[in-house]
Amino acid sequence: MSDTAAVQSPWQTAGIVRIEKRTPRVTSFFFQPSRPFAYRAGQHVDVRLTAPDGYQARRSYSIASAPETNGAIELAIEKLDDGEVSPFFHEVAAIGDEIELRGPLGGHFVWPKDESGPLVMVGGGSGVVPLMSMIRHRAARNSAVPVVLVFSVRVWDEVIFRDELIALDERQDGFELVLTLTREAARRPADYARRVDVAMMAQAMARLPEPPGLAFVCGSNAFVSAAAQALIDAGVAAEIIRTERYGV
Amino acid sequence: MVTRGFSSGRRPPTDDDARIPPGQYLEQGFPVLSAGPTPRVRTEDWSFTLKHGPRPIKKWNWAEFNALPLTKMTRDIHCVTAWTKFDTPWQGVLVDDILADAGVEPPTGFTLAHAFDGYTTNVPVKDLTAGKAMVALLYEGKPITPDHGGPARLLVPHLYFWKSAKWLNGLQFTSRDEPGFWELRGYHIYGDPWREQRYTNDP
Repeated sequence: MSDTAAVQSPWQTAGIVRIEKRTPRVTSFFFQPSRPFAYRAGQHVDVRLTAPDGYQARRSYSIASAPETNGAIELAIEKLDDGEVSPFFHEVAAIGDEIELRGPLGGHFVWPKDESGPLVMVGGGSGVVPLMSMIRHRAARNSAVPVVLVFSVRVWDEVIFRDELIALDERQDGFELVLTLTREAARRPADYARRVDVAMMAQAMARLPEPPGLAFVCGSNAFVSAAAQALIDAGVAAEIIRTERYGV
Repeated sequence: MVTRGFSSGRRPPTDDDARIPPGQYLEQGFPVLSAGPTPRVRTEDWSFTLKHGPRPIKKWNWAEFNALPLTKMTRDIHCVTAWTKFDTPWQGVLVDDILADAGVEPPTGFTLAHAFDGYTTNVPVKDLTAGKAMVALLYEGKPITPDHGGPARLLVPHLYFWKSAKWLNGLQFTSRDEPGFWELRGYHIYGDPWREQRYTNDP
């Protein structure tokens, strides 16, 4: 809240320095901000596009990269066919393009400062993105906080960050990955092939050394409602559950 | 700064640009956003308390609250996540009628709205009175669903919609403008969509 912050526009230009396809529908765009950009794992940015006629569209996207990553910010953007901003990124945006970006934003769905207990994370589809930032943050700082991630997607090829998540799981350093596929058979021994439910939440939390201090749930509204209720039914207090919903 | 290759061609259609605040787009659906799980508040457990600081002024149960005058309010609403929805039809009790039933004049210029899940948000008294705001009980003529804040939510349609607290259980007069849940987490203290007051440092 310094005076200088009020004078400077909160928007800054950021150039696309890398584009990486993650799944058939999700592509990561790496943005190099023009000004220093310090954020917390789990925060999001607003992105603004301007048409020649002056029309502007803005959307919020969660950051996938860890704060420790020097340089570019990774936004993993899912293509929504009837959208106006995500199709621009998927069909038009190229390395070297500049967009306007504002942030970081959001002070609730973020990695806790006190690291007081294990964390349970539940992500549906691209709802995994802010959780990925937290999981990368945990790995980057060699945090000992136990974390279990339950990640629900339709099919194996839609598991965003799949190789990286499996590699982190195999480190056996307190991060546990549980995948559940809703339209395909499970591929790994401990994974599931159904929608999230109470039994799955209970079994996932049993992988933690003690009950979670906080729960993070992110995805579509329907997914978040079901997953949060499953956590509550599995004994998690509603007060420790933080949610982030796409809205629809 | 014009974005290479971006045009307004994909813009969701609207026949009334003047009703859409800056940076917003028209939404036909009714998106759901909240910071935690959806509380299922039974009307038999519901109550609404009007307070001045820590002191309760009056408390209503569901039946008592529903006996207050019901007013219709159809308004455009604007969410800080950039969607705007036209003509949302609500029915509820005007804050004016709540104050009249309690027999009080606003003792301060500020309020903090409280919800069953612990959520809070601050709204100046002048934005709640003179027919500007209500405690909504019905949406499209039916009880408000839990997703959308039922049994009762605050409706302050001229401010960003995070001010319209879901699962409302009280209104507290405060001696100064006290930031609520999102206002403490980076969002604007007032939240006027027409001035695009989204985040803390916005003018």
